[in-house]
Amino acid sequence: MTGPSDLPSPPVIVLENLVKFFGRFAALRGISASFAPGRLYVILGDNGAGKSTLLRIVTGLMQPSQGKVTLLGAGSIREVAHRVGYMAHAPLLYDELSGMENLRYFAGLYGLHDDNVCERAMTMVGLDPELSRRIGQYSQGMRQRLSLARAVLHDPELILLDEPFSNVDVRSAREMAAVLGRVRDKGKTIFVVTHQAALMEGIADEFVHMTAGQIVAREATARKANAQVETPS
Amino acid sequence: MKNIFIAFVVLTIALLAYSTYQGLFVAPTEQTMGEVQRIFYYHVPSAWTAGVCFFVNFLASLVYLWKRNPASDALAVASAEVGVAFCTIVLITGPIWARPVWGIWWTWDARLTTTLVLWLIYVSYLVLRRFAAGGQTQVLAAALAIFGFVDVPIVYMTIRWFRTQHPAPVMGGGENSGLDPAMLHAFFWNLLAFTCVGIVLMVLRYRLQTLEEKVEATHAAAALQGGNR
Amino acid sequence: MTTFTMARATLLKDLRLEWRSKDAINSMLFFALLVVVVFSFAFNPTAEESRHIAGGLVWVALLFAAIFALNQTWARELRNQVLDAYRVSPAPPNALFLAKAIGNFLFVVVLEVMMTPLFVVFYSLRSVGPVWQLIVVALLGTWALVVNGTFFAALSIRTRSREIMLPLILFPISIPALLAMVDATTSILTGDASPDFWIKMLAVYDVVFTAVCLLLFETVLNAE
Repeated sequence: MTGPSDLPSPPVIVLENLVKFFGRFAALRGISASFAPGRLYVILGDNGAGKSTLLRIVTGLMQPSQGKVTLLGAGSIREVAHRVGYMAHAPLLYDELSGMENLRYFAGLYGLHDDNVCERAMTMVGLDPELSRRIGQYSQGMRQRLSLARAVLHDPELILLDEPFSNVDVRSAREMAAVLGRVRDKGKTIFVVTHQAALMEGIADEFVHMTAGQIVAREATARKANAQVETPS
Repeated sequence: MKNIFIAFVVLTIALLAYSTYQGLFVAPTEQTMGEVQRIFYYHVPSAWTAGVCFFVNFLASLVYLWKRNPASDALAVASAEVGVAFCTIVLITGPIWARPVWGIWWTWDARLTTTLVLWLIYVSYLVLRRFAAGGQTQVLAAALAIFGFVDVPIVYMTIRWFRTQHPAPVMGGGENSGLDPAMLHAFFWNLLAFTCVGIVLMVLRYRLQTLEEKVEATHAAAALQGGNR
Repeated sequence: MTTFTMARATLLKDLRLEWRSKDAINSMLFFALLVVVVFSFAFNPTAEESRHIAGGLVWVALLFAAIFALNQTWARELRNQVLDAYRVSPAPPNALFLAKAIGNFLFVVVLEVMMTPLFVVFYSLRSVGPVWQLIVVALLGTWALVVNGTFFAALSIRTRSREIMLPLILFPISIPALLAMVDATTSILTGDASPDFWIKMLAVYDVVFTAVCLLLFETVLNAE
């Protein structure tokens, strides 16, 4: 296990020897790690390193072949679903509904029936709640921003994002990154899988490097007072 | 363990030889249908064995959904395949029997039709196993197996009622026709022999499946160690 | 946040989506008309004969039309991978299943309402038995097809050749329900026999398989 030895509060995610096979291909080859809360982690690696697979297993959408994930102290996401938010490179939204209609539906899944919550979420990501256009007609940047709004609608403690910036215009991407930074500043924990490390510089607390299904390095950034470069044993 | 199994196989072969002798030579000839009625000694025990296999499949699938262990999944596959094989025998011997006796190849009688539907259900199970993608084949197949087995009594009752509404020739002499005691003798020996054959085949297929999984596991371990090739 | 309220919210969302896109309903209606016409050319009975075969024809036609609808059920959730958003939410999986099943049920009932007058016209059908019995059979039979169809459509998401997997798995298991529907319809149309046993059989089928679907849906939804 790696990370600073003085964890002030229980780790938000614990991975124990995670292995994932697709047929004979080992996408994850025994990952064990622990992550402290209140930080923004950026997971980097080449294509095929296993980043998306790892995130999908952490969210509970995919079962590992071996190993265990503990999320916010619980064995499966079902127990803590209302405290977790998820976003992917696919929009996870309905094309034929408007922004507010989409958010209203998903808010309902979390037991929230207040339109103000949805409006605030849209405004936070820089979208106009009054927009009645179907999101199928949005640009990719607008769609991803709405997807982010959906992910944080229920004020989750932990937010998991899988390539949120892919095919998104630079301005939208920068705005989204800034939003993530602000959300982290409120004490939330964020995991971002992305290729675009440059976008996250200045916002990330730690870069997690993956290669060939394993975590090869964890690099805390200079954001924190005690910066250190660590490698897992 | 292996020695016990080999002994069991030998016993099964002996049983099968004896029961065949009983069925083809010792049992008396049926008065109306003649020699062709001897198919009965293969037709009904096959149906029984298929039923046993499908019941094993049901239990193994339930256990798999509960425990998620490879052994119960291997047993589920094995029992489904052997069950389908015996079901096929029933469906082939049926028409062979029906043709000389009634002049028709197929009679939609309750038991034969139920066997056909069963055959369809478990063939669809095997198709699903082949076509499911990814590591969740076992879970999906187990779910389907439960549907299939729950359907069996419903299928039987439905077709029984349909047959009382629209009567047709019945294989095996109807529900309540008794068997001549001499025939009963041959019948029970064949029943026992076929059940044993079914068990032998299931065990063999189960072994094969577990071996295949061991091979996969070895490859997997290699991929974990040295990286993927 | 009960299963019921979630199911209703999801159902309303689906209805709204269907209304906006009109994807399936237009093509389905046209397909239904085509099926009736083709069957009329293939089987050209007298009014008396037609009562005996109409039951089978209607239900077979409907079965094939329903397969198209059922294949679409989850397609919308897979576009944009929206299903993932549902799966990570605290909403109960059975609410999703019920919403989809009820949505499919309504859809197929609409198809039936559209197709029946066409059949009546093309076959000069008149029922000897009471029509309300036909409606009961139709409703119970439709649910029998739809509840398993929705479940297996979800199951076939995780297979290759998913469009063909659905009928492959659905038809064998639905045979008793189909037999019941066809024979009950024929009994009522011809007035030859009482459909009571069939109606009870369909009710049993519906209850048993709805329970099995609800018990196993979560397992199948999360099988990845």
